[in-house]
Amino acid sequence: MNRLRWAFADGATLTRRDLDHWARQPAQVVIGLLFPVMIVLMFGYLLGGGMTVPGGSGAAGYREFLIPGTLALTMVFGLEGTFQAIKTDVSRGVTDRFRSMPMASSAVVVGRSVADLLNAVVSLSVLALSGLAIGWRWHSGLAAALAAFGLLLLLRFAMLWIGIYLGLVVRGEGALVAVQILVWPLGFLSNTFAAPSTMPGWLGTIAEWNPLSSTVGAARELFGNPGWGGDSWVAQHAILMAVVWPVLLIAVFFPLSVARYRNLDR
Amino acid sequence: MEAVTAHALRRRFGSVEALAGVDLAIPAGSVHGLLGPNGAGKTTLVRILTTLLRATDGTATVAGFDVRREPDRVRAHIGLVGQHAAVDEILSGRQNLEMFGRLYHLGRVAARARADALLAEFGLADTGTRAVSTYSGGMRRRLDLAASLITAPPVLFLDEPTTGLDPRSRGEVWDAVRALVAGGTTVLLTTQYLEEVDRLADQVTVIDHGRVIATGTPSALKGQLGGDRIDVVVADLVDLPATAALLARITGDTPDTDEDHRRVGVAVTDRMAALTATVRALADSGIAVDDVTLRRPTLDEVFLHLTATDSNSDAEKVTA
Ligand SMILES: Nc1ncnc2c1ncn2[C@@H]1O[C@H](COP(=O)(O)OP(=O)(O)O)[C@@H](O)[C@H]1O
Ligand SMILES: [Mg+2]
Repeated sequence: MNRLRWAFADGATLTRRDLDHWARQPAQVVIGLLFPVMIVLMFGYLLGGGMTVPGGSGAAGYREFLIPGTLALTMVFGLEGTFQAIKTDVSRGVTDRFRSMPMASSAVVVGRSVADLLNAVVSLSVLALSGLAIGWRWHSGLAAALAAFGLLLLLRFAMLWIGIYLGLVVRGEGALVAVQILVWPLGFLSNTFAAPSTMPGWLGTIAEWNPLSSTVGAARELFGNPGWGGDSWVAQHAILMAVVWPVLLIAVFFPLSVARYRNLDR
Repeated sequence: MEAVTAHALRRRFGSVEALAGVDLAIPAGSVHGLLGPNGAGKTTLVRILTTLLRATDGTATVAGFDVRREPDRVRAHIGLVGQHAAVDEILSGRQNLEMFGRLYHLGRVAARARADALLAEFGLADTGTRAVSTYSGGMRRRLDLAASLITAPPVLFLDEPTTGLDPRSRGEVWDAVRALVAGGTTVLLTTQYLEEVDRLADQVTVIDHGRVIATGTPSALKGQLGGDRIDVVVADLVDLPATAALLARITGDTPDTDEDHRRVGVAVTDRMAALTATVRALADSGIAVDDVTLRRPTLDEVFLHLTATDSNSDAEKVTA
């Protein structure tokens, strides 16, 4: 019981640490929040004019279609932030200090999770408000909309564990660039901006099976926004897969991360 | 009572044997210097003793607790200053100390009070609210040291605490360590600098290639080169071999010659007799000398001597 209480207290202390980071670097936080908004404006107004989406009409239809994808993409890109935070602590020796202290060993990941999920909630809110401002709406009721936000956060939670694992494992200076190079194709090889059916055969299949595509598809369905549809089994079961994929990823990367944290070799 | 013990400690990384059976016994309240060149295994030993890394074989205790079986209790009794200043760069010095204080389970008020006291003690009171990223190397090190002293742990590990510091910051760290020891803390200090153990340590263990090659007090280690040394500097380089032969005859030992400085040196046992014999023999032979000195060897010489013998014969182990 006492142990559990300290685990909460230590997790809270490390969450607080991240909030202190935000307070000390407000400009970075704002830039981080505005980046997805910029993507929406860029695709919505610069590129969106020439796009047509089934079930949507013209540029306004494309923007309706764009928001769920960008929301999910933002969750995936959150992986970079998690990775960077964990890796910085490891390379500076801060993680070693934590590990040599009599604190709860769960605190590092609890603090990271809470702080990153808070950041994700703020991020989703800013982007959703921007979406509302340019004409995006949800059409299937508040409960369905909240379920969509829940699935988006679930995806972020899965990315969090991948980020923690990579942050503990990957060494060297160019690591962030390497992770970015990995994350971008994961983000774009999906149904976020284009229909997988228009991609060359095997690429289209990968895009359909991309976990991001499932969350995007599920969010479009729950918000009642236009989407690509698709005849494949994954496309037909987007909501189910938007739960299964993150849970699977967590089931893999959570134990890997815990084992790695316990046996961290410099 | 022993604050730190290690028995036949081994650690392998793939094919590298970072520790090849290390024994250690550090009495409570003393400063123990762990001296060795880069890659000797110092950090590996510290990481095992601070529960960060598991030994492949062997046992170790810290503050009476087994590092493997009771890591939580070990952690409650140690402070660690690693090779890099392990502090949060974005936060201020005070925020760092408060955060670590909270993680040591001090209350909010107590953590703040402790942070303020430590900032003052380590000369950081004025800069306590600035981001650590603006600190100098010496300031970071002091903050790092302060962070590991929040609960005044009985055993403190310092892994190369002054590497990369300018002489002034180095002196500040030394002063801080001395103050701690006066308060009864046991310190294990690793270093590549002989001067550092000479100034701070009660006992020294020299390691190289994961093995203990010597252990003793700094002055006993100096005594290992055969006690005192006689150095003769000749006026003319051509006299160097003759002088070396002469010293060899008197001491029965092979002298080291240094052509750049026109110097011959050798270890002596009976210092005054050897000095008298040398001066007389030099006068008889008519060799012109610039200087004859009788002196204690430096730790650098001991160290070079020990590590050289170590690479010649791995099995050799000297104990003073
Ligand atoms: N995590 C590791 N993986 C592989 N080799 C390692 C690792 N840590 C240390 N070593 C090797 O073990 C030896 C001792 O290293 P270390 O303890 O860091 O020495 P020191 O601190 O005395 O410089 C070196 O040869 C080093 O390369
Ligand atoms: Mg080292």
